[in-house]
Amino acid sequence: MATLFEGFTLCGLVQTQSASDSAIQGIELDGDSDHAVVTDSTRAVTLYKVSDQKPLGSWTVKQGQLLTCPAVFNFQTNEYVVVSDNKVSADVWRVHSAPGGEPVVLFQRGAVRLLDSLLSAPQQPIEDILSEEEKEVIRWSTNIVAEKQHFVLFTTEQKGEHFLYVQRLNPNTLQKYRLEREDSRAPPLSFSASLRDKHINLLYLYPNGCVYQSVVAVQGPVGLEGVQALPRSLRLRLPVGEGELGAASAVALDEAHVAVVGMPHPSARTGKDFLCIWNTNFQTLQADKEMVGRICGQVGILRIVWCYLGKLFVPHGKALSVIPYECQKSSLASALGKLRHPGIAVSKSSVAIPSWNTLLHGDQPQGPTKIVDSRKSVLTVVHLQPFQTGPVEEVRREVEALVSRGDAQDLQLSVGRLACQLVARSQVETAFYAPGALARLVKTQCLCHSMCPDLLLLALEHKDYFLCQLCLQLFPDIPEVVTCACLKTFIGNEVLQTPYSDNLLVPHLKDLNAPQVILFLQYLQFIYLKYSQDVYTQTPVLRSPTMTQIIDWVCLLLDAHFTVLVMAPDAKGLLSNLQSFVKSQVKLFSELGKIEGSLQELHKMKPSKDISQYSIEVIELF
Amino acid sequence: MGEFKVHRVRFFDYMPTAIRAMAFNAHTERLALGRMDGSVEIFNFADHYFQEKVIPGKDSRSIEALCWVGGRLFSAGLNGEITEYDLENLRPKYSLEAYGGPIWTITSNSQGAHLAIGCEDGTVKLFEVLEESIQFERNLDRQKGRIISLSWHPSGTQIAAGMMDMIRVFDVPTGRAVQRLLVDRGFGGSKSRETVVWSVVFLSDCTIISGDSAGKVQVWDGHTGTLVKTHLVTKWDVLALSVSKDESSVVVGTSEGTVIQFQFIAPTLQQQQDKEWVRTRTFKNHTHDVRALAEIETAIVSGGMDTQLVVRPLLEKFDERSHASALRKIQFPHRNLVFCAKKAGLLLFQFPGQLELWRLGESDGHGKPGDSLPLKRKPEKLLHLKRKGEDHICCSALSSCGGWLAYSTMSSVRLYRLQTDNNDISITKVPKLPKILRSAHQLCFSSDSSKLFAASSQSSVLVIALSQSECKYVHTLKPKSGSRQPIHLMTNSVDGKWLATANSDCEIHVYNVQKLKLHCIVPVYGSCPSAMGIHPTTNNLTMVHADQQIFEYSIVEKQYTDWSRKLQKQGLHNLWLDRDTPVTHVTFNPKNPEQILLHDMHMFCIIDQSLPLPDQKTQFYNQMTLRSLSEQERPSHLHAFKICKTFQDLLSVSLLDDQSLVMVERPLLAITSQLPAPVRQKKFAT
Repeated sequence: MATLFEGFTLCGLVQTQSASDSAIQGIELDGDSDHAVVTDSTRAVTLYKVSDQKPLGSWTVKQGQLLTCPAVFNFQTNEYVVVSDNKVSADVWRVHSAPGGEPVVLFQRGAVRLLDSLLSAPQQPIEDILSEEEKEVIRWSTNIVAEKQHFVLFTTEQKGEHFLYVQRLNPNTLQKYRLEREDSRAPPLSFSASLRDKHINLLYLYPNGCVYQSVVAVQGPVGLEGVQALPRSLRLRLPVGEGELGAASAVALDEAHVAVVGMPHPSARTGKDFLCIWNTNFQTLQADKEMVGRICGQVGILRIVWCYLGKLFVPHGKALSVIPYECQKSSLASALGKLRHPGIAVSKSSVAIPSWNTLLHGDQPQGPTKIVDSRKSVLTVVHLQPFQTGPVEEVRREVEALVSRGDAQDLQLSVGRLACQLVARSQVETAFYAPGALARLVKTQCLCHSMCPDLLLLALEHKDYFLCQLCLQLFPDIPEVVTCACLKTFIGNEVLQTPYSDNLLVPHLKDLNAPQVILFLQYLQFIYLKYSQDVYTQTPVLRSPTMTQIIDWVCLLLDAHFTVLVMAPDAKGLLSNLQSFVKSQVKLFSELGKIEGSLQELHKMKPSKDISQYSIEVIELF
Repeated sequence: MGEFKVHRVRFFDYMPTAIRAMAFNAHTERLALGRMDGSVEIFNFADHYFQEKVIPGKDSRSIEALCWVGGRLFSAGLNGEITEYDLENLRPKYSLEAYGGPIWTITSNSQGAHLAIGCEDGTVKLFEVLEESIQFERNLDRQKGRIISLSWHPSGTQIAAGMMDMIRVFDVPTGRAVQRLLVDRGFGGSKSRETVVWSVVFLSDCTIISGDSAGKVQVWDGHTGTLVKTHLVTKWDVLALSVSKDESSVVVGTSEGTVIQFQFIAPTLQQQQDKEWVRTRTFKNHTHDVRALAEIETAIVSGGMDTQLVVRPLLEKFDERSHASALRKIQFPHRNLVFCAKKAGLLLFQFPGQLELWRLGESDGHGKPGDSLPLKRKPEKLLHLKRKGEDHICCSALSSCGGWLAYSTMSSVRLYRLQTDNNDISITKVPKLPKILRSAHQLCFSSDSSKLFAASSQSSVLVIALSQSECKYVHTLKPKSGSRQPIHLMTNSVDGKWLATANSDCEIHVYNVQKLKLHCIVPVYGSCPSAMGIHPTTNNLTMVHADQQIFEYSIVEKQYTDWSRKLQKQGLHNLWLDRDTPVTHVTFNPKNPEQILLHDMHMFCIIDQSLPLPDQKTQFYNQMTLRSLSEQERPSHLHAFKICKTFQDLLSVSLLDDQSLVMVERPLLAITSQLPAPVRQKKFAT
């Protein structure tokens, strides 16, 4: 879960002539974690102590001069650096600085210099990287200091195309990527870059609400010639209401959370700007806060939100607000290894296991692989009348019609609302139960358990195993207690594949009685044996649990019921079988471990330089 | 400083032979090392482990064991002979047939009056050590089965002998066997195989410790002949044992390449009186059999099949960590085996059994630093010259024009005339050499190839004049000091006027070759010179010693130069002094008189005398830093020592007349890959 705490105003903002102009050029950190260096849009730089909301100092340039890039703090010399009137030896776009790295200067024509070397020879020639004639201009830039690498990233626009440049320093290499063009041909509204797992993650937001992520390896291929296409993946599709977003900005908070400002709240009326935190794993809104007054941005791409050390800085209306936030990993996310990853749980299953699926679905290949296709849209305007009173069959037809209309932006809201209504009606009218309609809604994959918590319980109550299966397959967030409830009623693949976290599940597992546990264990042992024997017969079957999932469940069951099982005479044979089998497996795996070690060692061996018997080389001594 | 074109040569297949035996003389602090090819090396442990003498091997000689008696060195081998060495002339003094078949071991009593040898025929033979020789005295009671190992009781009245499946204790005065200790065989399949007692030590308290082929180290009570304790230390053989001088520690060497220490200590703090032999430490510095061991005052010295000599300091004997307490591996000889004809671009490689002459390749064009240049011509082996006779080659020389080649064994000197035109090479042996030129410790040609200098006995140098038609003895240069030690370094000046020699007494003599007389003696320094050279223009003599000190001496003015005094006053950088291999070559750059080029096994260095000397605070290895600095910043960071570590396992560095460097590398990995498979190979992930 993510939380937005009560914010406070750091400073007031001078109104600029143009409403679309931001009053803030930039907010930077300095050596003190509680400081913020705020550069306004014209002539002043102010240093604030954030917690005290108090300015510590301020600098201005002379009348007639302009600060043309945000002041930054040089972490190596403890000095502040600003550029006035663009000039050094060529027009400067930005100076970037980060702890652990020297400040770098990015020129408007794309050249990059270390500040030190620029200052030591200010009149040095600055080359043009971007082509002048083609009107290629920088839209956004940032720098990233990885362990030993320093990067300057900037994006450019040229004839409606957008490019990402990744400039590595020491040794200097420049790589150019072409951003995929959005259908609407609209330019991206904002960029944000972060470093995770030795990869640079670039997050960018388009006016149609799509947030894309592209990943560039830190130790990527160097020296690739020409322009590379930059692959992207859709992380989030924000509901934008009517029309498109004007000025909005998205910034990644951690691997699962994105803060977005400048977009309407999905359930509030338009015309108000909100700061929202979305979970990109589950596509859920986690926290929101209304921002009084317009959040304004300059024409083009600009940051209108800064995020430092657990605080979001948002200029809006007449004030610059600081809003502390916290992103906790949800219990679901913390069970990451057990999380359903499309492509892992599904594609790796290999063995034909007699399961409910074949009974319920036949052999139709269905499932999460169809996520993207099935994300159809429905109109946001929904006629609720038939759902509240109509008979089951009519409801089903209406739902079908609604779901198959693929012209609206987002299903999530309407589907959620609809499902809740149908469930509520079923709970009130005992005679009413619309399994077809509900299944259809679940299949849109716009539903999750949290949106409609009673759905699964209702299905259980009605012994609608088909719907239960579907929910177990498609909901990412089923609470452990419900999982156990399902388990008591029926055993299936789906239950095993449901995400859970150990600590929360074990207490609920204890509710199972001994015969249930033994049966379940027998089932697990059966599929495990099946797996181990048939590793080589790769019959692809969807929705069968992975080996790890089976083992995890065996462990959990044993944990929860060990004493019971030891006492139960019927369990003896099962347990000793299990033990001898595990023993043989452990032996096998230890051997595999050895092989892995040797192979790894081979892998680790440096690609030995071609050691020839003789070569003539050139060396230089200094 | 600048760019250099480097011929990176890796085709010298130098292969050291396995270490078979060693003996440490605590009095002189000399370690004698015997190798499989019958050569003996003397290391001076008091002078940075410098290899001061090498006695070349001989095909028929084998060394199973070495033993010091006072300053005299004896060896015995499977050829059935006992040999005493002449350490001044670096040759066997005499060899004596023992008439007992192959000899497995030789050892002297602590009084130094007698030698005992163990023979294949089951006899232990006693020899009396006389002034100039040794004399057979008597046999002890003959046993069935060979005598593999021997150890005298410190009193000299008893000898323990390791045999097959047993240890015998002899009473020396009567020659009777008084104890028979039966050694168990190994378990399982090895039960049927006899156990070889490879090594025994006999301690003052009559404890006998043995190491055998079943992997056991056993402690026996010599009074009663009972087994006290068995330590099974390896699945393979325990090959060597050595006891410390105070008898508180014993080290054993195994076929697995491990050295295991046992100490005589009380197992609990409460009972300090009840001491026993406890296995304490295991060292693994070898990949193959540890065949020879010596526990000296502060270190364990070991050697074996993997050819390297390892000095493993015992850290508890050091108060602080310093370079003296660092592990030291001696892999390469401390003398030159590569000779370079600078004018002709030829290389001469010296092997014990042959000489190889190579022509370097050529490249096209130029390149940036770091580049490998395309080869226009590959290097070519011009000559493979096998030595005549049984004696191994001890030294060789190639004239800088490439026209003359000479080598010497213990018994003869051979001189050849080489003629190369285009691709053809012809070699003619110079027939009549002066009779006086019988063997040489060092050979070198004058730079104009008109003279051959041969280092002879008692530090003298024979001067031989060379011409197309004849080869004539001119003169013998003799030192005034009367030193009897052999010359191990010899160099002459480019102008042909000066010749400098260095001997194992650390004396450096400079002769005037034109006047054929001694010019001066450089003040004697306490550490042996490991390399020296005479500057081509200034005629200054640069010397580098085993302790890494550098001196520059003006031959003309007969005094140390100002630079040398400055260097001594300021002191060398600690990182320079901490290096653990000696500089083995000093040469100069005629185009840039301020540069002195030197190298050791791990680095190549150019000393620029025009630059400031580094002090202790200066970053010493600064080439990487300098590379990253801009042209303007660089001058303020420069210092005199420019060290390049790009090239490793260096056997030789020379500068050709065309200013290109020749780096001869012999990667240790290449040596290792030619060794036989070890008994137990380390598997990955085990």
